[in-house]
Amino acid sequence: MNIIVCIKQVPGSTHVNVDPDTGTLIRDGASAKMNPYDLNALELAFGLKEKYGGTLKVVSMGPPSALEVIREAIYMGADEGILISDRKFGGADVLATSYTLCSGIKAAGDYDLIITGKQTTDGDTAQVGSELAEHLSIPHMAYVKELEIVEDRVKFVSNMDEKIITATLKMPCLICADGDINTPRLPSFKRKKEYGDCKDKIKIITFNDVEDKDEYHYGLKGSATQVEKIFEPDKESERMVIDSGDLSLQMYELLKERKFV
Amino acid sequence: MGLIVHQELIDKEKAEILVNLCPFNAIAYDGNKLDITAACKSCRMCVNKGPSGCITFEEDKIRKDEKDEYKGILVYADCNSGKIHPVAYELLGKAKELCKVINHPLYALMIGHNLENEAQSLLEYGADRVFVYDDEKLKDFDVESYTDCLADFIERYKPSSVLVGATNLGRCLAPRVAARFETGLTADCTKLEMKENTDLVQIRPAFGGNIMARIVNPNRRPQFATVRYKVFDKPLKSEVHGEVINLEVKKEWLETSQDIIEVINKPKEEDIAEAEVIVAVGRGLKSKSDLDMVNELADLLNASVACSRPMVENGIFEAKYQIGLSGKTVKPKLIITLGISGAIQFTSGMKSSDCIIAVNNDPNAQIFDVANYCVTGDMYKIVPDLIKKIREGK
Repeated sequence: MNIIVCIKQVPGSTHVNVDPDTGTLIRDGASAKMNPYDLNALELAFGLKEKYGGTLKVVSMGPPSALEVIREAIYMGADEGILISDRKFGGADVLATSYTLCSGIKAAGDYDLIITGKQTTDGDTAQVGSELAEHLSIPHMAYVKELEIVEDRVKFVSNMDEKIITATLKMPCLICADGDINTPRLPSFKRKKEYGDCKDKIKIITFNDVEDKDEYHYGLKGSATQVEKIFEPDKESERMVIDSGDLSLQMYELLKERKFV
Repeated sequence: MGLIVHQELIDKEKAEILVNLCPFNAIAYDGNKLDITAACKSCRMCVNKGPSGCITFEEDKIRKDEKDEYKGILVYADCNSGKIHPVAYELLGKAKELCKVINHPLYALMIGHNLENEAQSLLEYGADRVFVYDDEKLKDFDVESYTDCLADFIERYKPSSVLVGATNLGRCLAPRVAARFETGLTADCTKLEMKENTDLVQIRPAFGGNIMARIVNPNRRPQFATVRYKVFDKPLKSEVHGEVINLEVKKEWLETSQDIIEVINKPKEEDIAEAEVIVAVGRGLKSKSDLDMVNELADLLNASVACSRPMVENGIFEAKYQIGLSGKTVKPKLIITLGISGAIQFTSGMKSSDCIIAVNNDPNAQIFDVANYCVTGDMYKIVPDLIKKIREGK
């Protein structure tokens, strides 16, 4: 069985400020890490690999620095990694990102099962996995808590709002793991020592490697949405600062006035 | 890339400005050539704020749908539980306002089984027409058959915008359909506006940071947006003037790969989204045992206890108690935040609360930007004192 897990490198800190003079974004770009939700997806996949065998490939789309999270996944137990990276892929929205992942995955060979995390902590949209399944024309299910393989099908338990759905899907298919479903393992020091920079285990897929060479399906050109403007959120206009005197008494009076006590 | 670098205008000084300007470190200069790397997020800061003309945005050969062919705003009403999820009513209220700007009809759509009574209630909340795909086999959610139904509706009625509640089902279905039509989808919008040219302005926190973005889908239709429960207000009931229309479910849509084994109703559990009063606690809490005083205060106020993301990451709370972009959106009558710094990740999940009292010992904490009452002080002193005062009734 061939499993693919999609992972993403996200900023280590989500703290961003707007420079009041220039209106530009100031971001601490120094640190980056693996999207925490992808760790749950990886752990789910490691469990399947240990139980049923097969190979586990991680796929990431991003700049060359994303090689770091691919290596981290290999140190944790993935067999190989694919980095989908090209200047032409930059500036992609959900539509273009999921399409690029689809093209890259197609170029990377056969698969039975694709697992993604619930969402990323930098975009927080939780939409790329579902769009990817549609582009690949395979069935999918999201918010999956448990997963096993039954012959040529996956059996899943999904957290669908007020319902818990247990069902099977024929492979190939895509599963978006729910968050908080397992305890991710740490990278193995032994594997790190053994594989080093993982040069032989990582393949880079660029625009030249994908079958669909229409530039208008990728990156900024292939994006349907445009950011018209970015701005700082409104600050609450009617506000009162309570910073002196008996703070708890003032709070108590507030609560009493508003009939909460 | 739609971004064109005009190398002939670039010198060392301008290159440096551009490299420093880019919030995503996506501009590289090797002393000779300026390059935009794959880290680009197309914020176009370099075009708008950089040295004039050095980087421009090219817009040609881009797919442009005929906007006039698309009419109406569609609200997808999730009824997976057998009842309409109330986010649908909130969306109808907002969509009605948006329809007025462009004089478009308001549609609602349901997919499921035995939905007649529920369909009627959508008319009461302002839908001009309610469409229903009803079949026994649609009783339980199946992403393939549901996608086929919604896609069929879009092909037939060509709505200009599609609004979907950001329930788990909505987040599973909406992207699938948006991808089928190769169009844009903006998730978790916190504000929606309509332009006279029918472009839906979708406002949401962006780039995971403390920044809001106005997002448009200027060339393609339909425009998909998801919105969470409790972001918009539930409208008042209005006089019913519309009708319910049943649409044919094609057999081939029901032949899907999914085999249901079991569907069970989740046991009812406390949902912070439903709470009228919330006491939320964040990183200011030093240890798990200190939760006792937080719980005590919550009990006295008849409040639910909730938390910010770090408290889930460090294992003190279960994920269902988390407020924020990666947790739940709440809109209580009162929320007291204790030791929460107030990253937009958190505040976007609670800022429409009626009254926000924030306690933080840092006078510059961002939580104070959204709070109505900014209590600058130590929660470890204030909370016990407040508990005492409430108990004593003074």
